[in-house]
This record gives sequence, structure tokens and C-alpha cells, in this order.
Amino acid sequence: MEIVRPQSRRNFLSSSNDAVSVPTIPLYRSAPSLEVRLEEFESFAIDRLRVLKGISDGMSRGKKPEEMENLVKDLWKVNMRHQHASDVLNKDIISHFVLRLVYCRTEDLRKWFLSMESALFRHRFRVLNAEAQRAVMEEFDLPYRAVSNVEFESIKEKLGQVARSMGQPVPTADAIFYKVPFEEVPELVAGRKVLISQGYAYVAMNQIVSLVATLFRSQLSKTLILTNRKWTSSIREQEKHRLTPIVEALCSSYLGPDYSQSREYADISLKDIDQVAKNSFPLCMRHLFDKLKEDHHLKHGGRMQLGLFLKGVGLNLEDALAFWRAEFSKKVGLEKFEKQYAYSIRHNYGKEGKRTDYTPYSCSKIISSTPGTGDHHGCPYRHFSEENLRAALDRMGVNSRAMEDVIDKARNRHYQLACTLTFEALHGVPCDAGINHPNQYFSDSKKILQSKQKDSST
Amino acid sequence: MSKMKAVLKRKSWFMRSFPQSLNVDIPATALLSHINRRFLPFPFRKFNSSFHFTISVAKQMIPQQEPDFNLNHLKLYYGKLFPFADLVRWVSYGNDGKHPGCDQSYLGRREFSFTLENDIYLRFQSFNNTLELENSVKEKSPVKIDIGPVYSVDPAKRYAYAQGENNVFAPVERELIFDIDMTDYDDVRYCCSGADVCLVCWPLMTIAIKVIDTALRDDFGFKHVLWVYSGRRGVHCWVCDGKARRLSNEQRGAIADYFRVYKGNENSHKKVSLTGAALHPFLATSYTNVLKDYFEKNLLTGQNLLATEERYEKILNMIPDESIASELRGRWQDSRRSSSAKEDINVVRWEQFKQLLQSGKHKAQGLRRCVEEIVFSFTYPRLDMEVSKHMNHLLKAPFCVHPKTGRVCVPIDPNRCDEFDPTTVPTLSQLIEELNYEGSISDIDGELNRTSIGNAITLFRSSFLQPLLKACKEEIENSYNLKLQQSKNSLGWLSSPKRGSALVPSPRAAWFEIQQNFLSESSDHADESPEGHFILMSDSCSAANAKVDKSAFLPEFDACL
Repeated sequence: MEIVRPQSRRNFLSSSNDAVSVPTIPLYRSAPSLEVRLEEFESFAIDRLRVLKGISDGMSRGKKPEEMENLVKDLWKVNMRHQHASDVLNKDIISHFVLRLVYCRTEDLRKWFLSMESALFRHRFRVLNAEAQRAVMEEFDLPYRAVSNVEFESIKEKLGQVARSMGQPVPTADAIFYKVPFEEVPELVAGRKVLISQGYAYVAMNQIVSLVATLFRSQLSKTLILTNRKWTSSIREQEKHRLTPIVEALCSSYLGPDYSQSREYADISLKDIDQVAKNSFPLCMRHLFDKLKEDHHLKHGGRMQLGLFLKGVGLNLEDALAFWRAEFSKKVGLEKFEKQYAYSIRHNYGKEGKRTDYTPYSCSKIISSTPGTGDHHGCPYRHFSEENLRAALDRMGVNSRAMEDVIDKARNRHYQLACTLTFEALHGVPCDAGINHPNQYFSDSKKILQSKQKDSST
Repeated sequence: MSKMKAVLKRKSWFMRSFPQSLNVDIPATALLSHINRRFLPFPFRKFNSSFHFTISVAKQMIPQQEPDFNLNHLKLYYGKLFPFADLVRWVSYGNDGKHPGCDQSYLGRREFSFTLENDIYLRFQSFNNTLELENSVKEKSPVKIDIGPVYSVDPAKRYAYAQGENNVFAPVERELIFDIDMTDYDDVRYCCSGADVCLVCWPLMTIAIKVIDTALRDDFGFKHVLWVYSGRRGVHCWVCDGKARRLSNEQRGAIADYFRVYKGNENSHKKVSLTGAALHPFLATSYTNVLKDYFEKNLLTGQNLLATEERYEKILNMIPDESIASELRGRWQDSRRSSSAKEDINVVRWEQFKQLLQSGKHKAQGLRRCVEEIVFSFTYPRLDMEVSKHMNHLLKAPFCVHPKTGRVCVPIDPNRCDEFDPTTVPTLSQLIEELNYEGSISDIDGELNRTSIGNAITLFRSSFLQPLLKACKEEIENSYNLKLQQSKNSLGWLSSPKRGSALVPSPRAAWFEIQQNFLSESSDHADESPEGHFILMSDSCSAANAKVDKSAFLPEFDACL
């Protein structure tokens, strides 16, 4: 890929590839030799990043396959269009290769990029028509042939068994199956979704996406390693003044859109909840959160206190269900969770029973509660022993000087003042209004962290 | 029955060992030293501070322990019986330096791990040949030897490669392994629990071997599958085909998931859930060929699965339709009086159960599946998934001695796994006794043949090692020829000498060299170390081994008596 070199502008792809009009998916085998303007270099990449980020969010919310399909379709339509139809494909390819540079540089970045690009590819492949799918398969140069009629007859019964075990109709004689080494289709093997015999999996035409996506993934995985090698050995140095700053800025800004939203506090998504809990939850919520992660269970009082707080923080119902389900199912099982606990979560969100939209608990309500044995809710400054409070504050990162002040306030029953002091110690900023509500603690904390972020980036 | 036997055996041993152990009038110190000297395995030697404590430890623990497991015996075992050469030949996979196409560094990149007494772990040991392994094992006398993966570089030098951002130290090859442990079956066996096994519950392992072995061969097309008794309560499986060794973690996970039916959870009654209009062919075949028969003819009566209320309630709880469950409950509660003595009560009840669930009026899908679900819950193999999913998991080497039972981890022939009896597997003390007895009448046969481990090693060689090495040789040769062909085809091969092509001036000369190599190989055997080659050993173990000097171990052995 050439980047603004003084050459005659020539569009490699549209001139040599007639398939532009057919909606197809490039396999990004090699970087195209075409010119890219620096602004496009960056803006295309950001557009693609928005798509990948959207996929990532969708996945962490546990969306179902068909929901994901629509999500990907929308994301693609919104972000990846181009005013010239002929440049749509170029934009696709350029943005991919730019992000490859951005995300090749550490193991974590590679992992994230790999799984998002694979998911994107999978969903794009799925919506192609049969002809286009076959074209992609041809481009992959798959060495597999369709199973012959004779062979089909010999295994027909077993293929039927597999289909029926998945609740699908029994394949007819004209159904196409590919005979593929089983290790090429791990996800079909894992789900017992294919017949496996003598080392070969019999993959039905409608399962071929799994094969193709696996191939795509493994090829991309290899090239990412190679790109990284190239990046560290030459590109980074060569492009020190031009591309390197862009590339390095791009990966840190993939969380960008979340912070740029000018709400009082941004919606939190499941993916960052751990980080957010660590940075911005008050001690009472932090404690419940940690206990939940540790025990995969909370008693009713704890569920109410934490659940309503999370709702106030911006966790929507769908995410809330996913969040509690993820923890509780480890302990009580999925079935019991759905029966016993899901109802009360929907209830909290006003979707069940008398449909009141409950509000999060305030400090005074929490302080006046009376937690019993096995309970973890309540106000730590009031309900913890001094020893436990010290340990908890220490875990939060309160330094020893501030700790004495906090303990002193707690001892004198100024619980909210103790919490305020903790807030100040952790954020390094005075909190004149004092803490009256856990959600106020949270939003103040977010504001401070955001402004700090801005300061450091400008 | 056999459990009774086992208990009796233990008891009689205990009585023999401590004839007056219940009389307090023997001097405490005398008894203590008696125990310490002869019977306490090494971990308990240090507990000599209090008489009371020592006795209580001895009472609880010793029956679980091999009475004569001690380091001197283990040393003797490593010195005289342990098949180092076979082990190394196996994990070298033909990379033994004889063929120009073989990978000289292969064995040296394999991780071995030793567990010494007092739980000292030595990880990332590596060896370049049999002798190095043998010397190290003899020197350290590990109570356990584990085999890990083949790494990209010598694991002993991993720190040297660990510098820089891109850590090149990573596992590159590993057998596909399975670990099946009886403790995972505790909710479906009533004869023993935890670490104990007996002949009543062992069939669960037999089932596991049959189901997994068949699928590995028929479904996945693997040929070189080694089954090993884990020494106490389970079995290990090593799939050694080249393709299996090179599987990625994801692919390993996929195979493990393919086998997974049992989804255990403490708080749900139903642990196996079979949905869909049909069973996947693998499950269907396992059910009709193995599970059903073992359930009905073996476990049902062996474990008395329906004999008492508590037990049949567990099964009735798995029926989704409460009315059917209560109908059966009613019948079974009454039948206690009227049941004929002739037929086994479990069988009678199971027939009633099947009849009711599979009869016309309850043909609803969920209920018909219910019979299968119950059979699966009580018989289907339960794998330790994590062991199979990751390349870098360690697994105990075959022929180790289990430190708690003293039993040798012998291979199991999957074709005759129903005949395998864990209670007759040779123990360390038995082997030493045989060695000593035979040694004293100076038999001319080799040690291996004279002791009961001989059969195990013969089985290892004939059913596993020989076919494996034959396949490995073919693979090495083929890939070597392919490389030669490629270097011949590419014009640049002369200018960029690779290891293979630089060695030989032309393909024809290379072929000549290969032939030379193979021709000379047969004569090599005779010159090799006598304990050496498997062909030699399996044909006639004897002559070479007879040369081994017995005087070296006899005094030592006497000393430990």
C-alpha cells in the first residue's frame, strides 16, 4: 500500500477487478498497491473501528446470532459507505490494512482485532447469496470436493441422524456436503454438528461459513504476527514522523466514542464494568460487587442494593440480566437463575409486578439498613468492624494517612463524612458537596476521571 | 464382594504388621521405630514426635498406602526394571538420529517433570538421550515422572530465550491426552467413594475406554492410542498420531467438547440433557454398543441402582413427568413385600421403568429420551476437560509407580479392557520380591521377563510402540523425500543450502544415502546398548539382560529388609 507518493493516481482495484459491483468480501490477502491520502488513512480506520467496536459491544451483551447479524449489517451500512460506489471496496480494504498495523503490536490487541474481524467476516459471509459464497470459497482455494453420490448414499442415514439431532430436516439427495479434515472445523466438531468419520467431517453447505471463517481467522492470525515483525523491524522507524503517531493514537482511541458522549455519566457496558467498579464505585458497592464475583451469589438485600445502583449507573435491563446471570449461573445453574432471580431483576426495572420503576438506594437508606448473617449490603463505614474496614480501605488504595482520618470519622458515626474523605483520598480532589448517594459518588468520580483524561490527552 | 475382600486383605495386613498394636504394653518407642523402619512411607517418617499422633496417622493412612513403598525399592525399580529406552523411543517419534530427515533437537525440547519426595517439583527437565534421562532419574529417584509438551526450544534453557517482547518459548507439539478419574463418578457409584476403586465400579472405566477409544479411531481416524492405568483410580489416554500431536488448543478443546455430554452442576437433578429428534451418531453408537449393555447387565445390579428408596428416588427425580414418577414410586414402595426372590429387584424395576416410559401412551419425545438420559448419566465417560484442552498440561508417564498405592502405571489393551483388573496390577513390593526371589536362584532370564512387569512392557511394545515407530519412520521418510523433491524443483536450492539439501549433492545421492541408512540400520541394533532396541527386546529379551550385574543391588536390597 502506497501512502501519498508522487505517482499518477491509479485505482488498482476498480481498474483490475470487475467484481466491484457484486457484493463480495475481500480476503485481504495482500496489501493493495494504491495511493491513500493521509486523512483517509485515518478516517477509514476510525470508521472500521466503529464497526468492530459495535460488534464487540454486541458480543459482550450476549446478543443472539440473528440479532448480531442485523447489528453488523447496520453498523456496516452506517460506517463503511463512501460517496463513490467504486471506492467502497477500497475503503474496506484500506481500513482493514490500517487497523492491521494498529492492532498487530501486542498480544492483547491482536486477540481483540482477530476475534472482531473474524466475527465481521462471518456475518458478512452469511448474508451473501449462494453464488457469492461459492466465489469466496473459490478464492480461498479450498481443496475440498463435494461428497460424491455414491459416498452420500453410504452415509445418508448417519447424516440424517446428525441433522435430526439438531432439529433440522433430513438432507435430500441433492444436498451438498464437503468432506473436510475435522481439525478445520473445530466449532462444528465441538457442538457435534457434523458427522465425523475416519478423521473427516461432513460439512453441509449451510455450515460452510464455519469452515471459511476458521480459515479466514487462521490466515489473519498468521499475517498479524508477520505484520508485527515488519512493524517493529522497519515500519515504525521509517514512518516515525508520519504514520507512526497516527497508528499509535488509533488503538488508544478505540474506547473514544464512549467518553466523547456528553452525558452526565456514560452508559456502562458489561465489558468495562470491572474497570469501572474498581475506579468509581463507592466502598459499599465495591464490596458487594467483589463478593458477587467471589461467591457468585448475593442474598436479597445485597441484590437490591447493588442491582438498583447499577441501574442508576446506566446498566440497561438486558445487560443487568446478563451480568447477574453470568455470576449466579456459576453457583445455582442457569435454570434456577431464570426461575428464581431473573424475575426480581426485571421487577427492579419496573417490568414485572406492580411495575414501579424503583430508584437506587440513598446513603441514609443504606446506613439505616440492618444486614444479618450472610448479608453483605449496608454501609461499610457503619456495619464493618474497624479491622475489616481498614482492610477494605487498604484494598481500595487509601493511603495510611487518609485512612486514620476515615477511621476516625467512622468511629464517631459520621459515616457519610468518612465516605467523602475516602472519595477525596482516592481522587485527589476535594468534594465540597459531600457524599449523599452512591450514584452521586459514582457520577462525581466519573466526571473527575474524565476531566483528568482530557487533561492528559491535550 | 470384592470390596469385602479388599477390606479383609487390608485388615489382615494390618493385623500382621501390628500384632499387638492394640496392647499398650509394648514400649511406644519400639513400636514407633518398628513402624518407621518398615512400614511408614517416606512422608510419614518425620512424624515421630508423639506416640499418639503417629498411631492415629498409621491407622488411617496406612491401609491406603502400599506398605513397602520406600525409596530404596523405588531406586531398585528404576535401576533394574523401568523401561527408559522404550519411553524415550516413544517420545522421540522416530527422531533418533538415524535418518537424515529427522529432527535432532526433538527429544531435547520435550519437558519432563519430576516430583521428589516431600512434594518438591522439578519442572522443565530435558534430556537428549536415554542415558541422560536414566542417569537423572536414578540419581533423583522421583516418586513421579510427568511428561509435558515439546517446546519450541529446550525448556531447560527457556530463560535464555525469554528476553525481548516476543517470547519464543511456547509448546509446539503435544499428544492429545485424556484423564478420566473415578472421583468424578462419585454420584453414580455406591460401592466406594473418593480415592477408592473396586471391581464393582471399575466397569465405569472400562466403559470410558471403550467409548473414547472407539471414537478416537473410528470418528477421528487416529491409530496410535495408548491407554494407561493411572495407578489408583483412573485411566490416562495418550493419542500419539502426528496429526494429534500438532493439534492447536482450540482443536483439542473441540474434540474434548465432542465427547462432553455430562454437564455436572451441584444444584440440578438432571446432569445429562439430550435434546433433538435423534442422537448424534457418535452418541447413538456408544449407547447401543456399550452404554446400554453395561448399564443393564452390569451396573444396574452391581451398584444396586434401584434397590433402595434413596437410590431409586434419584432416578425418579430425573423424570420430567411427575405423574409417572409417582406411579413408579407407588409400585416400588409396595413391591418390597411381593417381589419374587428369583429375579433381581433392580432388573425388575428397570423393566417396569422402561415399559412405562416407552409404552405407547407416554411416547412423548422428552420422556422417551429420559431412559437414554438416565443410562448416559450413570455410564457415560466423564473427562477432565482442562487436561485435554491445553497443550502444556503435564501427565504422569507410563510405568511410574503410584506413591500412594505402589501400583505400576501399566498400559491397558483397549481391545481387552474388560479383562483388566486394577487389583492385580503389579505393585512395587511385589516386583522387588520377585526380583529378589528370582535373583537368589540366579535365573538366566532377564529381570523384565522374570517379574510381572514383563507382560506390561511386552504389551506396550507390541500393541503400541512398534506400529507407532513404523508410522513415524514412514512419515519422516515421506516428508524428507518431499523436501528433496522441492529442493530439486526449485532452482535456487544450490545457492541457499538448507540442512537437508546441503548434506547431499543430488537427489539421487540422497536416495542412496537413505538406502544406506536403512540397510545399515538392522545391523546397528546388535551393537546398540543391550537394553536398547525394541525389536531385539521383544523377540528375546533375555541374553543381553542377563549380563547385568546383580551384585550391585543385592546388598542394598538386603539392607532394606
